[in-house]
Amino acid sequence: MNWLKNTLGSSVGKKLMMALTGLSFCGFLTVHFAGNLTLFRGKDAFNGYAGHLHSLGSLITFAEFILLSLAAVHVLTGLTLFYQNLSARPKRYMVNKSAGGRTVGSQTMPYTGLLLLAFIIFHIQNFHLADKTHQTIYDIVSNSFAQPEYVIVYILAMIIAAIHVSHGFWSAFQTLGANHPKYMPLIKSVGVVFSLLVGAGFGFIPIYISLIA
Amino acid sequence: MTKTINITLKVWRQFGPDVKGRLETYQAKNISTDMSFLEMLDVINEQLTLEGKDPIAFDHDCREGICGMCGSVVNGRAHGPEKGTTLCQLHMRHFSDGDTVVIEPWRSRAFKIIKDLVVDRSAFDQIIQAGGYVSVNAGGAPDGNAVPISQENAEKAMDAAACIGCGACVASCPNASAMLFVSAKVSQLALLPQGKPEAAERALAMVRKMDDLGFGNCTNETECEADCPKEISIVNIARLNREYLKAGFLSSVI
Repeated sequence: MNWLKNTLGSSVGKKLMMALTGLSFCGFLTVHFAGNLTLFRGKDAFNGYAGHLHSLGSLITFAEFILLSLAAVHVLTGLTLFYQNLSARPKRYMVNKSAGGRTVGSQTMPYTGLLLLAFIIFHIQNFHLADKTHQTIYDIVSNSFAQPEYVIVYILAMIIAAIHVSHGFWSAFQTLGANHPKYMPLIKSVGVVFSLLVGAGFGFIPIYISLIA
Repeated sequence: MTKTINITLKVWRQFGPDVKGRLETYQAKNISTDMSFLEMLDVINEQLTLEGKDPIAFDHDCREGICGMCGSVVNGRAHGPEKGTTLCQLHMRHFSDGDTVVIEPWRSRAFKIIKDLVVDRSAFDQIIQAGGYVSVNAGGAPDGNAVPISQENAEKAMDAAACIGCGACVASCPNASAMLFVSAKVSQLALLPQGKPEAAERALAMVRKMDDLGFGNCTNETECEADCPKEISIVNIARLNREYLKAGFLSSVI
């Protein structure tokens, strides 16, 4: 298995791990959002959806374990890359100017990533690990978003997620070697649309719950 | 009539690899806008020499934009503000009277500063030595056109081979990554039949050498492509990724 360590341990190998785990999270976000859509159909639909998920039992525990492993790989590899990239230029430039390649997303990847990590820990504590014996999951959602500070934190987090995904999506394809003149424009467009959907779609939920529902 | 301008230069001066450097200010007076950037530095150096001061050390050779020797970071941009231009081909007409121009060396852990604006780019040579070649046994030369190569691949290989190894990609990369250079060198060989037999060894060896030398990791910022004087495309980086992953997972090379 030495070959696997050699292949994954290099700069390109680490980027491969970032790309595969990142794309997995894009898939997770899609499923998560599809589930959240039941919120718009009211309290019973959402509680029913959550109840259905929990009835899967050990399958859900397994899925959680996979997600946690993917997160560990993504965060630890990302931090390693961040540290290595900082140390690759010990003396910085006095004048910094972009040649036009960088985007807001690409420049801030490590920072938006760390903020998202903090948000995810907060989100899991807030919703997943909350006491569910005296309240339904819908109660937790509506009680949380009755507080303006929660609404603000969640909306900001979704803007950050959109920025992170705006670079991450096409970047993952480039890292996997999928850069083709016929498909790259499409991949980039899908990335932009997907990041907008993440920001606007998830970001609308706290607004909807606090103001409309 | 020739137009002349006066500009203020702030140049990185550092007397040796391990001493502290700093920006020194010089006034460049009556600079003809027909001069190249390096000719402007020649004028400054003549002045400094006449004053008995140490002239600014900078790399240069052909001054025709093809050798890859010159290059400094000018106002935060590798090879200055013009697209697809080496520093020697950058002309003073792109600057205005009264401009302040900051000149710094390539900055990367893998490129040690030798003096002032001169950096040691032998790290690139080491990457080439690791795999940037084809092994051809001596013998009779094959007939012309005996090995068919599509026009498309010939063009792609030529585009990659346009890399002059100046190091601007490393200098402009926010992570000081050498991926554009390595990808151009891997691509020009991987695209042609002569490079195919050693493709797997080459991709693995060159990436590993690049990592060992302390270059950063590519995060697809695409600054390299924007600053490359030969406009090498990041499509080559995707090809290097493919070649590397193919070699790592599918070849028998360890």
